[in-house]
Amino acid sequence: MAIVTSSRKACTVNPLKMSQPIGAALAFLGLDQCLPVLHGAQGCTAFGLVLFVRHFRETIPLQTTAMNEVTTILGGLENLEQAIINIHNRAHPQVIGIASTGLTETKGDDVDGFLQLIRQKHPELDGTALIYVSTPDYQGAFQDGWGKVVAQLVEKLVQPAARPAPAQVNVLAGSHLTVGDLEELRDIIEAFGLQPVILPDLSGSLDGHVPEDFLPTTLGGTGVAQIQSMGASCHTLAIGEHLRAAAVTLEEKTGVPFTLFDRLTGLEASDRLFQCLAELSGQPVPVKYRRQRSQLVDAMLDGHFFFGGRKVALGAEPDLLWQFGMWLSEMGCTLGAVVTTTASPLLEKLPIEEVLIGDLEDLEQRAAGCDLLLTHSHGRQAAERLAIPFFRAGLPLFDRLGAAHRLNIGYRGTRDLVFEIGNLFLATQPEHHSDSWPLPGENHGTASQIEACH
Amino acid sequence: MGALNSKMDAVFDEPGCAINQGKSNKARKKGCSKPLAPGAAAGGCAFDGAKIALQPVTDVVHLVHGPIACEGNSWDNRHAASSGSTLYRIGFTTDIGELDVVYGGEKRLFKAIREVIEKYDPPAVFVYQTCVTALIGDDVEAVCQAASARFGKPVIPVNAPGFAGSKNLGNKLAGEALLDYVIGSEEPEVTTPCDINIYGEYNLAGELWQVKPLFDRLGIRLLANISGDARYRDIACSHRARAAMMVCSKALINLARKMEERYGIPYFEGSFYGVSDTSEALRQMTRLLVQRGAPDDLPARAEALIRSEEARVWARLAPYKARLQGKRVLLITGGVKSWSVVAALQEVGMEVVGTSVKKSTREDKQRIKQIMGEEAHLFEELAPREMYRMLKEAQADIMMSGGRSQFVALKAKTPWLDINQERHYAYAGYEGVVELVEQIARAMDNPIWRQVRQPAPWAAENGG
Repeated sequence: MAIVTSSRKACTVNPLKMSQPIGAALAFLGLDQCLPVLHGAQGCTAFGLVLFVRHFRETIPLQTTAMNEVTTILGGLENLEQAIINIHNRAHPQVIGIASTGLTETKGDDVDGFLQLIRQKHPELDGTALIYVSTPDYQGAFQDGWGKVVAQLVEKLVQPAARPAPAQVNVLAGSHLTVGDLEELRDIIEAFGLQPVILPDLSGSLDGHVPEDFLPTTLGGTGVAQIQSMGASCHTLAIGEHLRAAAVTLEEKTGVPFTLFDRLTGLEASDRLFQCLAELSGQPVPVKYRRQRSQLVDAMLDGHFFFGGRKVALGAEPDLLWQFGMWLSEMGCTLGAVVTTTASPLLEKLPIEEVLIGDLEDLEQRAAGCDLLLTHSHGRQAAERLAIPFFRAGLPLFDRLGAAHRLNIGYRGTRDLVFEIGNLFLATQPEHHSDSWPLPGENHGTASQIEACH
Repeated sequence: MGALNSKMDAVFDEPGCAINQGKSNKARKKGCSKPLAPGAAAGGCAFDGAKIALQPVTDVVHLVHGPIACEGNSWDNRHAASSGSTLYRIGFTTDIGELDVVYGGEKRLFKAIREVIEKYDPPAVFVYQTCVTALIGDDVEAVCQAASARFGKPVIPVNAPGFAGSKNLGNKLAGEALLDYVIGSEEPEVTTPCDINIYGEYNLAGELWQVKPLFDRLGIRLLANISGDARYRDIACSHRARAAMMVCSKALINLARKMEERYGIPYFEGSFYGVSDTSEALRQMTRLLVQRGAPDDLPARAEALIRSEEARVWARLAPYKARLQGKRVLLITGGVKSWSVVAALQEVGMEVVGTSVKKSTREDKQRIKQIMGEEAHLFEELAPREMYRMLKEAQADIMMSGGRSQFVALKAKTPWLDINQERHYAYAGYEGVVELVEQIARAMDNPIWRQVRQPAPWAAENGG
């Protein structure tokens, strides 16, 4: 059981955290024909955009209300109205996703009120969903913004169903899942004869494919009609603690019950998913996945030698931290240092004495003596200084290809993680020398020192 | 905000600016802050611009006073290279929370400055103001002044909050911060009649090191490069240079002009992109230096170096001419790069079928027309969709642009080359021309193009 503390430093050094509005923006990017807009200065958008371009290596549709000093002080109604009209006229999206920023929150813009006025004035927007979340930069972190968008989409768009769709299953997907994870999850669910509606679905929009046309909105992702139909599903699978609020709202609104999966990485975690799907569908677990389970068990048997007793240092958002931290400890690793970005009920359940809400400097200091550093790409310099293996996980991953297609879940994803991380440990097995085991009282000279004497 | 507003008025009324010279008195008063269209805007903010201009100073702490977004979402995202300290690559921010917004963030900022000085002992701390902390009235200048007095170290306020305007404005406000607080604050140990400054060169991918050896060979000492691979002390001493070159035409013009006004350092505007531009830069620099007392034989020695380097570069480019002759380039970039890269491409027989002039000055545009001919396509604004159509219709063999439009080209299955800040290759000087052409040839000759343009065997004739 961990004690959760916050860093007491006045200065954050080498940030681990990214801000809420861009977490919100990325969730919006998992909707079909959507254009997210940040209500703030144009830099708020530009930084998020560059970050996502570097991670996904894709065009990122993301707009700004381009607030300046004067419009901030006078209030952002006009800019928001212009932005929505411009976006509507130029890009014709089905959904315009709006996230506030530190700037407009400090001023205190009443965006909900603004949107009502804009709706009244512009009937041409009647067919366009305008979804707003309040995401000040100075509160919470990336995954909080993501969670708010999913909850808001459920709140505003999902309707109780007239006719149930017994084979349809909702998947509320957390920000810690990759495009590769979502594709895997879809395949698994479909293998049980069920039809998943994944919200948000980055595997439709940011999976890195070559479309036949160039559009200024997202291409693919969850459609508005699909979201509306979620009330008809037989069940909701919520993947990640930060989606609990959305799952509860969905149940309250429509009566669709939910199962929350805190993670899908690891043997038992995967078992829970497959068992749940077998029960929901009334189908046995397909042969293909039984075989994959057996492969994972074998990988664990082969690989555990290299995990046992190894100390790992992790820096990640709470749900990703939980996914990797719990799985690594199930493989025999000890959590040596754990740093995260924002509060979560998961944190105190981690098997370590202290979880720190802090930065990569904190992580680097605590990682001394650890055998592996796991965090996003910004940890690469720390890993170099610590001279320990580095496993990249989370967002941004800008110094590796294929960030979106990493697979970390299910039997197959976990099996490959055993190999990949196991190989990092395997490559750093300690080497022994003739004088590695001196008796007490003997001179502790190393081989090289003795050589130097001759 | 009073101080910031008067600064903004001053940099907008920049007499050295070509665009400004062409305006009426009334238009000039309005400033050049083009109102951005909400919902249809692209590009960074003033804070971004200030950071771009100053972050390459390698040995100082760059501390961002604001919520996590400004630094957390963006740090370490460019490739300005350093030959020494790596302190500039560490991200520092006060990461203010809700309580700071309510009670003010000045105390946190002061403590943060103390922490970074205790931990890293840098020669100076640069403190960047952001929107939220400006809006709540945090007086960054006063905190920096107090911290300087308390810790006995320069703590430099960079007052360019994002909502003040564009990236370009931020560049200029960064220049103002250097003029107000850094330049002239220290004295070099020795000076020579051949000391120079370069303004607006950020040493991206190490480009400064492609041209510095040329100056070294001529005995010209680079006193300060502002700001690529610069040490704080270089900039503090830069007022003792004899002459200067400004390489990015719009970014630091206020700095260049005021250095001339205050310290009598004459400057010229030049470029290191392309063979003839590089040679011309060397000629102009030596000419200016001789006027300021450098040895008379300097221009002749420069000519000899230019002759031998040009001969060497032409010999190295010759093998590419056969491969690249007649290939068509679409060049999407801003400002100075447009015309200077055009010249470089023409040197190997390539044809520039169009270029963007969104950020180019009137002079830039005239020069592009001179170089490319009157029928050249100059695009004020080229929507991604239009760009995509041109490439799909094979109106160009390669597109060169910044990372933002990279995927327009790639999705149209067209070779693409990165020539903006995020690039990994260095294209300056004679060496850089060879590198650029090598990269173009590599991009175009790659065997994937034939494969990826081929439809799947089962696809209908016009499908993919």
